[in-house]
This record gives sequence, C-alpha cells and structure tokens, in this order.
Amino acid sequence: MTTVTDPRSESFRLSQLIYDTRYRSLTIQAVAMALIVLMLSWLVSNTVQNLQALGKDFDFGFLFERAGYDINQRLIEYDSNSTHGRAALVGILNTLLVAFLGCVTATVLGIFAGVLRLSKNWLVSRLMAVYVEGFRNVPLLLWIIAFFAIMTEAMPAPRAFRTGEAEMALFDTVAVTNRGVYIPAPVLHDGAGVLITVLLASLAGIWAFRRYARRLQDETGRILPVGWISLAILVLPNLVAYFLLGRPITLDYPELGGFNFKGGLHLRNSLIALWLALSVYTGAFIAEIVRAGILSVSKGQTEAAYALGLRPGRTMRLVILPQALRVIVPPLISQFLNLTKNSSLAIAVGYMDVRSTLGGITINQTGRELEGMLLLGGFYLAASLIISAVMNFYNASIKLKER
Amino acid sequence: MSETHAEAGLAYVRETMLPPLEPPLTETGAIKWIRENLLSSWLNVILTAASIFVIWFLLSHIIPWLWHTVWNAGSLNECREVRDALWGPDVPSACFAVIHERWNQFLFGFYPAELYWRPVLALVLFFVALAPVLFSEKVPGQLLVVTVVYPFVGPWLIWGGSFWFPGLIALGFVAAWLAWRLTSSRWGAIVGTLAAIAAAVVWWGVLTPLLDDGINRLVGGLKMEATEARLAEAVETLPQRISALEETRDALDIRIREAEERKAELIAQIVEARANGRVDALDTLRTELLAQMRLLTDLRLERQELSQRIGRLSAELSETSGLLSSIRSLPERLAALPELKRKERELRDALPPEAAALGRLVPIPPDLPAEAAEALKAWRAAADAVTTAEQSIQHTYAAVALTGLKPVTSREIGGFMLALIIGIAGIVLSLPLGILLALGRQSELLIINKSSVAFIETIRGVPLIVWLFTASLLLNYFLPPGTNFDLMLRVIIMVTLFAAAYIAEVVRGGLAALPRGQYEAAAALGLDYWKSMRLVILPQALKISIPGIVNTFIGLFKDTTLVVFIGLLDPIGLTNTVRADSAWNGIYWELFVFIGALFFIFCFGMGRYSIYLEKKLHTGH
Repeated sequence: MTTVTDPRSESFRLSQLIYDTRYRSLTIQAVAMALIVLMLSWLVSNTVQNLQALGKDFDFGFLFERAGYDINQRLIEYDSNSTHGRAALVGILNTLLVAFLGCVTATVLGIFAGVLRLSKNWLVSRLMAVYVEGFRNVPLLLWIIAFFAIMTEAMPAPRAFRTGEAEMALFDTVAVTNRGVYIPAPVLHDGAGVLITVLLASLAGIWAFRRYARRLQDETGRILPVGWISLAILVLPNLVAYFLLGRPITLDYPELGGFNFKGGLHLRNSLIALWLALSVYTGAFIAEIVRAGILSVSKGQTEAAYALGLRPGRTMRLVILPQALRVIVPPLISQFLNLTKNSSLAIAVGYMDVRSTLGGITINQTGRELEGMLLLGGFYLAASLIISAVMNFYNASIKLKER
Repeated sequence: MSETHAEAGLAYVRETMLPPLEPPLTETGAIKWIRENLLSSWLNVILTAASIFVIWFLLSHIIPWLWHTVWNAGSLNECREVRDALWGPDVPSACFAVIHERWNQFLFGFYPAELYWRPVLALVLFFVALAPVLFSEKVPGQLLVVTVVYPFVGPWLIWGGSFWFPGLIALGFVAAWLAWRLTSSRWGAIVGTLAAIAAAVVWWGVLTPLLDDGINRLVGGLKMEATEARLAEAVETLPQRISALEETRDALDIRIREAEERKAELIAQIVEARANGRVDALDTLRTELLAQMRLLTDLRLERQELSQRIGRLSAELSETSGLLSSIRSLPERLAALPELKRKERELRDALPPEAAALGRLVPIPPDLPAEAAEALKAWRAAADAVTTAEQSIQHTYAAVALTGLKPVTSREIGGFMLALIIGIAGIVLSLPLGILLALGRQSELLIINKSSVAFIETIRGVPLIVWLFTASLLLNYFLPPGTNFDLMLRVIIMVTLFAAAYIAEVVRGGLAALPRGQYEAAAALGLDYWKSMRLVILPQALKISIPGIVNTFIGLFKDTTLVVFIGLLDPIGLTNTVRADSAWNGIYWELFVFIGALFFIFCFGMGRYSIYLEKKLHTGH
C-alpha cells in the first residue's frame, strides 16, 4: 500500500528561486533576459548618443533621393537620375543573377566531379581529387581575382580579332576578349509571344503525359517509352510553330565594329570571373557532398536491385539516387546559401551587386552607414531564409516517410 | 603414399607440383593494371583520353613556365631581360624574383625587421601550447602550463608593451574565479556566475586602466631622470648613426651600379655570342649572368634592409626628441593642470541650466540663446583642454615607464602573419563560444533557446564581408562615445562571432546525433546539467562533430583574406601593394601561385589532422 503525501504546503521562500529545480529555470531565464535587455539597451543608447553627437538622424528617406551614379550592368531600367532605392534593386537583381547562374553551374560541375571521383578509372578519379582538394583549400577570393586576371590579362584584345591573331569561337558566334565575352542575343519579333506560349504548353503536356504514363504503369504494368515521347512533345510543336510563325525569334550576332564588338550580349569580365570562380569553388564542395551521398547507400542496395532484375540505369534512378539524395540535399542547400553569400565578394572585381550599390556607393554618398548596412544585412538574411525555406520544403518532400 | 600407388599398379604418378605457368601478358603487372583501371570499357577509354588531354594541356602550360624561373631580379623588366638572355624572348618564364624580393613583406607585412623574432617566437610557443591539447598522449602534461599562460604571452610578444599589462589582464580571470569561489558555495551557481562576470567586468573596465596608469606613474617617476639622460644621449648619437648608415648606403649604391653595368655587359655579350653562333661561350656566360644576378639581388636586399633601418632610426629620432621635450615640459604641464581644472569648473558652474543639460557631445541646437551657446562653447573648450592635458601627461608617463617589449601597432602587421593571427585567434575563441551557443540552442529554457537561435541565424544569414564592414563602419556607433579601438581587434571579434555561429550548428548536429539514452543515462547517474554535459554528452558529441568543426576552421582561415576590403594588409592586399610599385607592375600569376600554395599547405594540413583525429578517437568496431 502506498501513501501519497502531499508536499508540505510551506510558504515560498526566496532561496527556492536558486535551489529548487521547480523555480530555478525561471530564475535563470529571468537573469538571462535581464542581461540581454541590459546589453541591447546599452547598445541602443550608445547608438542614439553617437548619432546625436554626429548630428545624424535615423531615416530611410535617402532611398527616394536621386542616386547620381551609373551602374554598368543592369537588368532593369536605371540611370543616374534614378533613386537610391532603384539602385539597390538593380544591385539585388545582379546578386540574384550571379547566384542563380553560379548555383546551376556549380551543381552540374559538382555532380560530374563527385561521380567521376568514384569512377574505377584511376586517372579520372585522381584528376577529380586534385580538382576538389585544390579548389577547396585555397581562398575563394584568390580564385575570383585569378579568374578576373585570366579574363583581363590573358585574353586577346578586340584589336587582335581585326588582325587575325584571335578568332571567334563556336562558328564565329562567340567572342572572348579582354573586355568581356560577347554572345549572340535573342531578338523577339512579332509572334514570339505565341511561340513562348507554345513552349510552355508543350512543357505542361510533357508533365501531364508523364503523370498518365506513371498511372498506366501502376495500374496495368505497361511501360511506355516515356523519354522518346517527351522529346517529341517538346520538339515537334515548337519546331512547327517556329516556322509557321515565320521565325519570330532570331539571334543578334556580335560583330567587330570600330575598336570594340557591337551587337550581341556583352557579358562583362566581372560577371564572368565571379560566376566561374563561384561555380568551380562551390562545385568542389558539392562534389564531396555528392560523393559522400553515393557512398552512403550501402552496396547491398545495388545488389538487391540487380537481384530484382533491374538494369544499371534503372538501379541508379530508382534505387540509389532517391536514397543518396536524402543525404545530399541538406548540405547542398547550405552550399547554395554559401554561394549566394559569397557572391558579395563581387567587390573584388567591381561587379555591381547589392553590396556595391546599396552597401557601397550609396553609403558613401549619403553617409547613411547604419541604415544602409541594416538594409543590406536584412536583404541577405531574407534571401538566406527564403532559399532555405524553399529547399527545406523540397527536402521534406523527398524525405524518408517513416511510420 | 608412393607405396600405395605402386601397389595399385599404376605406372607413373607425379609426386611434385608443376611450377605454375606465367600468367598471360595481359593479366599481369602494368598491363593488367592499365586494362582494369584505365581501359575497362569504351566509356573508360574516352574518359582516360580526356583526362590525358586535360593533364597534358595543364602541364604543357605550367611546366615550361616553372622550368624557366628567374629567381633573382629587381623588376619585371629585369626578369624579362634575364629570360631573353638565358632562353630567348618567346619562352614562357616565371618570375619568382618578386617573391624572393618581397619574402619578408609577404610573411610579416611591415613589422620591424629587427623584431621578427617576436612573432616567430609567438608562433613556436603557440605550437608548444597546442601540443598538450592536440597530441595529449605523446606530450608531458606539465606543458599545459604553457597553454594556460600563452593567451597572455602570445599577444604581448606580437604587440609589445610593458610586461605588467598582460599580467593585469590575466588577473581579471583570477578575480572572476575568486568571486565565483566566494559566492557560489554560499548562494549557488547563478549568483556565482553573475558575481564572476561582474568581477571581471569591474576589473577590466575600471580597475585595469587605473592600475595601469598608477604603475606607469610609479615606474615612470622612478625612471624619469635616467630616461631623460638616456634620451638626451640618444638624440646626440642618433644623427651620427644615421649618417654613418647613409654613407654605407651610398657606398652600396655605387657597388649596385657597378654590378648593374656588369650585368648589362654580360647580357650584351650573350646576345653577341648567340648572334655569332658561339655556343661554347654561351654556357659560361649564362652561368656568369646567373651568378651576377644573385650578387645583384643580395646587394639590393642589403640596400633595402639598410634604407628600412635608416627610416626606422629617423622615426626613432623624431620620437625620441618628441618624448624628450615632453619629459622636459612635464613638470610645467603638471603644474598647469590644477589651474585648467579650476577654470573648467568655474565655466561649468556659470553655465545656464538649459546649456548644461546638453553635455559635451550633443551638437548645439540653433534655438539656444546666443549667450548660452557662447558659454557652452567656452566650457566645452576648457573641458577638452583638461582632457587633452591629462591624456598627454598619462602618455608621457606610459612612454617613460615602458619596461618590456617595444610596442608595435596593428597597422604594421600584415602578410601571412596577419592571416595567422586572425585565423588562430578566431579558431581558439570561437570553439568554446560555439559550444555554448549549441548548448543554448538545445536548451529547454525558452528565452535562452530563442536568443541563441536568433543570434546564430542572424550571423549565418549575412555574409562575412557585411559583418566586416559593420566592424569597420558601424562598431563605433554601438560603443560608448569616444571609444575607438584597434581595427584588428574588431576584426578578430567579428570573425570569432561568425565562426562561432557556424560551429554552433556543427556541434548541434553532433548533440542531436547522440542517442537519447545517453542523456537519460547521465541523468540517471545523478549528474547535474554541466557535469552530464562535460563528462558524458560533449565528449561524444564533439567527437562526431570533428570533421565539421575542422571544416569550419579551414573556412575561417580562408576567410581571413576578406580583411583586405577593410584596409588590412593580408597576403592578397599585399599583392596590390607589390603591383603598385612600378618595378612590379603587371605581375599576377607568380603572386597567386605563391599565396595559393601557402594557403593550400595550411588548409590541407588541417584537413589531414582532422582525419588523423577521427581515426584516433574512433572507438567503434
């Protein structure tokens, strides 16, 4: 028989706040809270005092004032009469552009290098090991500067194309010069909108067909040649529409005119160097992630798949990859985040990203360090949180569904 | 056995084994290896061919360039001259002469050359201090004393100053420990922690400056006369030493000019010999040219060192005469101080209340009456005068009292030394902070948990470069008005906070990977929170986290290059300094290769150590 005794209802004593585990956590939190509040209020009061001493106020009005400086690469309309806010937006778009390009190429490179490093071919695996170790162990900044130097110092001047010392690559469509790379630019004519609609429609068609094929296989076991049919859906309607509409999209090729190339799309050295350096650097990290992911799937899985009679391609696609992806995706997300943050090293090559416009020239011109840095930090923080939220959502969708 | 065979009536039975045949040629040695590893399938053949092409492409560019290296030259043009003479104009040739000439600068920045032993000693001591931690089973435990003392001795060796200052800093920890001992046994851990923090803050914030000033005044007062005599003598002798050095330099200049002429002569002879096809003479001439270049470089380096010494002596001369005059004016300034203070007090008492409320820093608002504004301005000027006078007296005493190592400012520190200082300080400081943050993030206490999460995510969400700009542009806003501390220290703090947030995430991964049973077992043994963490949880969690932690460290060390953007002279910043010199304008690859190679060695080494550590601590099967 057990007797339950109520805890003696003694009156609360102050010492219980320290010795009694029921109350101690409250005390600790209260003390921590007090310290944090004290610290923050100290910082804020210092800031207020310092701002007062400098005769400054805290005001974001400068975002709507005339910027008065030019930005050499812009994805949206901008000139020196635009506002600082507009300049910041141009910078943000430039950051996002290089981050996006970098993420795509780094992933492709990383997957290649990671898979090849596991190859049984001794030469290839060693070569990839050298690539991975070489790029991982040298600062990114050095790579960015080195790539920039390659572009500006080792590439031919536009003049060399006139004298025949240098030639354009890829059937005279791409010119690599020390002032940047010139590539053909697409020009949209009447009817281009229709063509783009057709393209989107064919993509939607592929998606619908794949769903149908999958359901068919689940229900009847019949397997359709999905790859070929998808390709046909993609190519045929677009090709027909392209010629029916009278070639609504043409390419504008760069041509040598005067001392420089004219026409086409001019990719500046700063963009190229930053993009390449970010891609190969992050690619080396992604290669290691991919390698670890593939190695993490035990050999028994492959053998089991073979025992079931699956061919190597299907084994990879249906058995190995889904399991490897579960290991690969989380660190891959943080690599994408790193790449986005590392794009702020644009400062080394003068690429006009958000740190150079909002966090650089705007701050220098208006003297609003506090506001500018807060906005800049806020942008990066928001970008990081959004990317990680999106990728976490994807990650949750491929995660192992446990009971 | 043979008998049984014979009995069975068999005519012949082979009793010994046949020697094994040689395997077919395609199944042995190199050929088998090549077949299996390089040519096992069509895809592999293509891959092998592609790799060979890539390797050939890279090596065919790099090897001739490295092979024809010029090690001794004074400028890029001279490098090309030597190359033209030795190998001809179209040969790709590396000019590592720039590294040879700027070697010290790349390692130490603008640190005074006669004091190089101090950072070197600091580095050596660092490894001695690290040994008992890294290789605990191979190194005697007594060395831990060095580990404890090093955080105070190391910075003192690098920045210099009076020997009591690091002692005063160290005493702050002793004060915190004493406060903890005295209070925690009676009032528990919370009060103890608060008391320790308060004691340390009071010691460093209030007592250390006072004590430092007091010791300076005491020692300075004692040394005043002797110092004055020494300085007076130095002011007499320094100009003579400088002019003697200048004479040596002039003599050296003549020798350099002669050597340059001889070099030009040799180059002309080589060109002539080549034109005339006198191959036999070419070889000797080439050897002679190389020797001549070596001599020339030695002379130039000597001259460089000499002119640096002259520069430092001139600086010392102006410093000495400045200090001497301030020593001589010290009694005067001391006597004038009470009068200045009295005047300031009078002016302050005379202030109208609305002006007095503004204090010393707030800009004068335009609506203040003109009279009050005038009075305020006069008082502010008087108050500033008092502060200036007090500070100058303090400086004089501190300069006279200096007993120990010659102070070196952060601005003179650069090159790999800077990267190492920031990297090592960041690594050492960020690990404990990161572990605390990780524990905070795992904590069940809501406020501690949320504030840790907010701190970690904010730091990690923003690039380091933005934090560094914050350190250089904004930190002065957040600190009390008038404080202004070293840029390098600010960078170290920022880098530490940055790395700590990353380490916190790595350690959190380790903590989360531990089975729940470990926590429960520790609790079942009756261990309190800190004991269970220290004895059960953290040793296992940290072991799991080693690769991640070391990766963070490698990242931190590479990120030290970013300080170039806020004006510190790290190796990459020095490349700009080198190129700004007209002699080396246009040199790129040699600098990149050198810096890249040094970083590679450090980072690769750290990576290998982490693999060693993982193997050492591996307790599984």
